[in-house]
Amino acid sequence: MKKFLLPLVLFAVLVVFLGVGLKRDPREIPSPLVGKPAPVFSLPTLNGDKPFSPVDMKGQVWIFNVWATWCVACREEHPLLVQFAKSQRIPIVGLSYKELQGSDASNAQSSEADKLQLARERSLKFLQKAGDPYKLSVMDLDGSVGINYGVYGVPETYLIDKEGIIRYKRVGPVTPEILIETILPLIQQLDKPA
Amino acid sequence: MIPELGQFALVLSAVIALFLGAVPLAGTLRHNVVWQSLARPAALLQFVLVSFAFACLASSFLSNDFSVKYVAEHSNTLLPTAYQFAAVWGGHEGSLLLWVLMLSGWTAAVAIFSASLPLAMVARVLGVLGLVSVGFLMFILTTSNPFDRLFPMPADGRDLNPLLQDPGLVIHPPMLYMGYVGMSVTFAFAIAALLSGRLDAAWARWSRPWTVIAWAFLTFGIGLGSWWAYYELGWGGWWFWDPVENASLMPWLVGTALIHSLMVTEKRGSFKAWTVLLAIAAFSLSLLGTFLVRSGVLTSVHAFASDPSRGIFILIFLAVVVGASLTLFAWRAPAVTLGGTMGLVSRESFLLLNSVLLVVATGAVLLGTLYPLIIDALNMGKLSVGPPYFNLVFAPLMVPLLFVLVPGTVAHWREARMSEVFWRLRFVGGAALLLALVLPFVLGSWSAGTMLGVFLGMWVGLGSLQHVVERLSKPGRIGGSFWGMHLAHFGMAVLVLGITGVKSYEVERDVRMAMGDTVTIAPYTFRLVGMEDVMGPNYKALQAKVEVLKNDQVIEILYPQKRRYFSTAMAMTEAAIDTGPLRDLYVSLGDPVAGDTPSWSMRVYYKPFVPWLWAGVLFMVFGGVLAALDRRYRRNTNQQSVRTASEALSGSA
Repeated sequence: MKKFLLPLVLFAVLVVFLGVGLKRDPREIPSPLVGKPAPVFSLPTLNGDKPFSPVDMKGQVWIFNVWATWCVACREEHPLLVQFAKSQRIPIVGLSYKELQGSDASNAQSSEADKLQLARERSLKFLQKAGDPYKLSVMDLDGSVGINYGVYGVPETYLIDKEGIIRYKRVGPVTPEILIETILPLIQQLDKPA
Repeated sequence: MIPELGQFALVLSAVIALFLGAVPLAGTLRHNVVWQSLARPAALLQFVLVSFAFACLASSFLSNDFSVKYVAEHSNTLLPTAYQFAAVWGGHEGSLLLWVLMLSGWTAAVAIFSASLPLAMVARVLGVLGLVSVGFLMFILTTSNPFDRLFPMPADGRDLNPLLQDPGLVIHPPMLYMGYVGMSVTFAFAIAALLSGRLDAAWARWSRPWTVIAWAFLTFGIGLGSWWAYYELGWGGWWFWDPVENASLMPWLVGTALIHSLMVTEKRGSFKAWTVLLAIAAFSLSLLGTFLVRSGVLTSVHAFASDPSRGIFILIFLAVVVGASLTLFAWRAPAVTLGGTMGLVSRESFLLLNSVLLVVATGAVLLGTLYPLIIDALNMGKLSVGPPYFNLVFAPLMVPLLFVLVPGTVAHWREARMSEVFWRLRFVGGAALLLALVLPFVLGSWSAGTMLGVFLGMWVGLGSLQHVVERLSKPGRIGGSFWGMHLAHFGMAVLVLGITGVKSYEVERDVRMAMGDTVTIAPYTFRLVGMEDVMGPNYKALQAKVEVLKNDQVIEILYPQKRRYFSTAMAMTEAAIDTGPLRDLYVSLGDPVAGDTPSWSMRVYYKPFVPWLWAGVLFMVFGGVLAALDRRYRRNTNQQSVRTASEALSGSA
């Protein structure tokens, strides 16, 4: 009798693990960047002001959000960002990531300036339609800044503290639950006057 | 209106399934023949209702009814009609409906083709299938209704994922599901046998053709998926050990063990408990696959949009179905009598070894697939398990498996002599060894792995050939199962040789090419000669023109594309492949590279023996079909049922 119960016992153990696994999110991967200074860069902005660098944000807690108009999940996330921006809690800086990826304009004939122009037009058109949650957006056409940040799934969201240290990273769209349960409390904690 | 009719039919089919799962089974307990005889009509009615629901959803797709949420999310007015139809199973909800359609289809098939089975057995089998249907229908109706409406209605749909807009993927899910769901028939037979308390050779005989045909579908489905990944994903791989691929491989491995074990149970009356356990395991692993793919517990390129409530439902369903089955097994199996005795060396012992190796391989794949989840659940961090683990663990298990395959086909039942078996195979072994030593040198370079692969492939292939030749020289009709077995084994040999060839001799070049540039993989030279924009029905593509030269002669022109679909703005790589009997030439177009002269990144592959993979799979599939159609099953089931009926009579007397 005992040996015939063995499959049932093994299966029960498996179900327990599967049940625990259900509560975890496999996409939630601790980034090696959490706790490290945000990589420095200088990139042209969407509206053509002077180039932006994370150093400009010293002394503020801010959100760095990687997006693109071609990214479907970003569109899902977008309304939440717009809503959050309305609360004027902390600024969101956007990183327009490889905007021209896969499009005709990305072929090598067009000049860098033309490409930047086209990417700006596309992004601005989208933001005008869907609302602009960003204090400003920077243009990472070739994705090199994305590499430094270890971007591998757009959208990605980083919470950066007053000292320029990355405190939190989310791969994939931010959901209302994540915003309320994780990001807002963190902001609360980081944004306390020293 | 049509979607509501579909919804109504679906609810009605759930009621019928519940009836099918309750009344005939109760009839077997109360020996009520009328209740039992209701199983067949209920099964057929359920199939009609689910087919109607499926047709309703398909018609919503074909008429671009974007007021249906599922249609709006998976179709588009520009989508070609064939893909609009295939989009029915392009997402979670519709693919579940397809699943239920197939389940009710298999159930109806059992109802129709079971004329020779005792009524009580039919009632039990159909009842169990009805209960499984109830679970899936409840899953659809409570968490994944494809008929939900969307308000306001969008002007156009979001379009089918471009990855799925491909002929290979149109038939891949239906074939795979036919296999998965087919395993539920075997499962139902096993549970019915456990319920009746009579696990005998008759049960094994009834299950065999169903199991083999389900196995053939599963083989075909996995092969199609692999083929699709190979030409569509653009990186030239054909197996990635992705959790979803593993989810389909595990039932296949156990299913393979099962069809062999069923043979022993039928012929010799041995391994009964083990065979039942394999039947339960094959279906449980199909269910587990569903859970892994749809609950979001693992990351995978295939994973559906995850939803925790769906995960919880499937987990509970899995726990109930498998838990109940294994409890039933633990309760009934101890009473199972041992079958005929077997010698240490015999066909039984070779087949037992086959079973054990396949089950261990399944365990290794299961462990690798679930390991990230287990580690995460124990709070030990995040990790992923990749191909190195699987290759390291899987290959060593396949070596002895392929080795014992050949003696397993020629050894005598009950008692065989090792020396006799291998004496009979001396020429096959010698030839395989010789080819293994010589062929690698002819093909290029020699390595131990290549030699081993060639040896095993030749050993299995020539072993089958020899057996066929020997059999042909003897008088008597040769049954479909004999041809089926050898065709499938021969397919395995072709597959092994193909894998060995491609693993040993593939060449990959990642290059940057400007107009007129060439890249050479001896003896072929690839030259980029053109680049143009082309329009598809719902996409625009950048298309490269690549000449393939051999001895300075153009032998083929390839047109790899980079497509951009209008609706999703998703970029897709469409590889161009030139297939020959011994090799594929494979070119895929990458992104443009910044620089003064326009240039593009290109992947150029020389893939030897890849067509052998697909040929091997097809041989296995046809082998399975041939074996399942063996006349013996139909003729003998009659005699068998007469015998069983008389046994039953004498037992009750």
